[in-house]
Amino acid sequence: MEKLKQSYLGAIVLFLYAPILVLIAQSFNASRYRGQWTGFTWEWYGRLMENEEIIAAFTNTLTIGVTSAVFATMLALVTALGMRQMGSRGRMLFRSLANVPLLNADIVTGISLMLLFLGLGLRLGYDTILLAHIVISLPYAMLCILPQVLTMDDVCYEAARDLGATPFTAFRKVILPELLPGILAAFLLSFAMSADDFIVTYFTKGAGIETLTTEIYSELKLGVHPEMYALSALFFCGVLVFSALLMVNYKVIRRYREAGRRGAAA
Amino acid sequence: MNERITAQISSHRFLALPFALWAVLFIVLPLFFVLGTGLTNEAGDVTLANLLTVLQSEYLRALGLSVELALASTFICLLLAYPLCLILREKRESRGLLVFLLFLLPLWMNSLLTTMAWQTILEKHGLINMFLSYLGLPAVHLINTPAAIIIGMVYNFLPYMVLPLYVSLSRIDESIVEAARDLGANFWQTLRHVLLPLSLPGIVSGCTMVFIPALTTFVISALLGGNKVLLVGNIIEQEFTAAYDWQLGSALSMVLMVFIILNILLEAFADSGEQRKKGRP
Repeated sequence: MEKLKQSYLGAIVLFLYAPILVLIAQSFNASRYRGQWTGFTWEWYGRLMENEEIIAAFTNTLTIGVTSAVFATMLALVTALGMRQMGSRGRMLFRSLANVPLLNADIVTGISLMLLFLGLGLRLGYDTILLAHIVISLPYAMLCILPQVLTMDDVCYEAARDLGATPFTAFRKVILPELLPGILAAFLLSFAMSADDFIVTYFTKGAGIETLTTEIYSELKLGVHPEMYALSALFFCGVLVFSALLMVNYKVIRRYREAGRRGAAA
Repeated sequence: MNERITAQISSHRFLALPFALWAVLFIVLPLFFVLGTGLTNEAGDVTLANLLTVLQSEYLRALGLSVELALASTFICLLLAYPLCLILREKRESRGLLVFLLFLLPLWMNSLLTTMAWQTILEKHGLINMFLSYLGLPAVHLINTPAAIIIGMVYNFLPYMVLPLYVSLSRIDESIVEAARDLGANFWQTLRHVLLPLSLPGIVSGCTMVFIPALTTFVISALLGGNKVLLVGNIIEQEFTAAYDWQLGSALSMVLMVFIILNILLEAFADSGEQRKKGRP
């Protein structure tokens, strides 16, 4: 039975990682075309920095991702603070409204935003992508921040106010540190949603501007530049390192906590 | 004291105002733009003609095929994910997290690139057929078939099934499972009478999370179906980017919205059933 379980896990892992291994192999393939192996090369990694299209798309993805994540996080935080004082009906309404882009299909969100932007007389481009990305990442930012804000205790804030802190100082010194984990999670998740989005970007981008995902899609018909494989392989290695660090950190924190608990019990 | 709290309340409530404006402008209004475009003709007159066009056989066939493939891939995702989550559930906490991370990491890879990599694996002279011919077996024809699209959908959306299933299965109290075993239930009986009913919310939530993106995708079918298999998403994309019949594209999107609303209702229904059960003494 134990063997069967192990081989089942192994089969699923193989299924999940097979295409990723293919991509990494392609980033070292001397041939420009996928599906034929003509030898090993580092060439595409070296030429990554020279490919202007990829660099431009990468810059767009990065700046749009950071800006939209900042806006989505701030809007989610302000809204969540406002929702604290609402009745359960108001909260329900706001929550369902915020969840619409999350439950809706990306293609419907994409074309509905495109129709809105064109209907309002906006030109599709960098700004419309940015707005659309705030729309799609806001529900995720709310999911991270709202539970923390709603369960937050007022006592510390009121104590700070009683001790003479201005509302702003009390907010900065008391509320903000307490909410920091949620805010960070909201920012990271919003950034990930923005950077990984293709469908909504595709419909709201207009001509002449590409993010990484739309650049890949436009290259698909003629064959993707191998530099793109190199970039994605590098990115995946980065994610691997990051999650390894996270795991180590998690273990260290847990050991500390357990030691602390044991210390408290003794 | 009372005075201060009232002052605080009014200032706090005011904070939700930007979102209210935002929601009206960017969440509600866009949907009305879709309805408006779908229910008018080019001259701007209100008409049902676009919706009637959707009833033509070629669009209905695409819709039927989309529903069929989405249902199939949802079902396969459930079949693959359930045993997986059962196994993960038994792992010790820290090891379980490690294995769980292993299953979420592929999400970080761009899905366009991984779907393209599936072309390399599935195509005529691809990895699978190279492996089969190495073993002396006949080649299989996978690329540009509905089967290839289902593989692509399962690959892309499996994590959406694993996530809610893992959460709901790992929340089940181990003592309940042990009680069932003590009372003489074998593995299958425990699964059928204890684990399955208790993880039902996770199953429903996972299925709804897989079904909608599978129903509406146009990328996976374009890459792995090779324009031979047309899904609803492909037709909408073409109406908006190539054929420029936005009215028809919007009408088709309205049909998709019906599916999305049904899906939301299904999940809300499952949720409320769960709440009622918990509320019972």
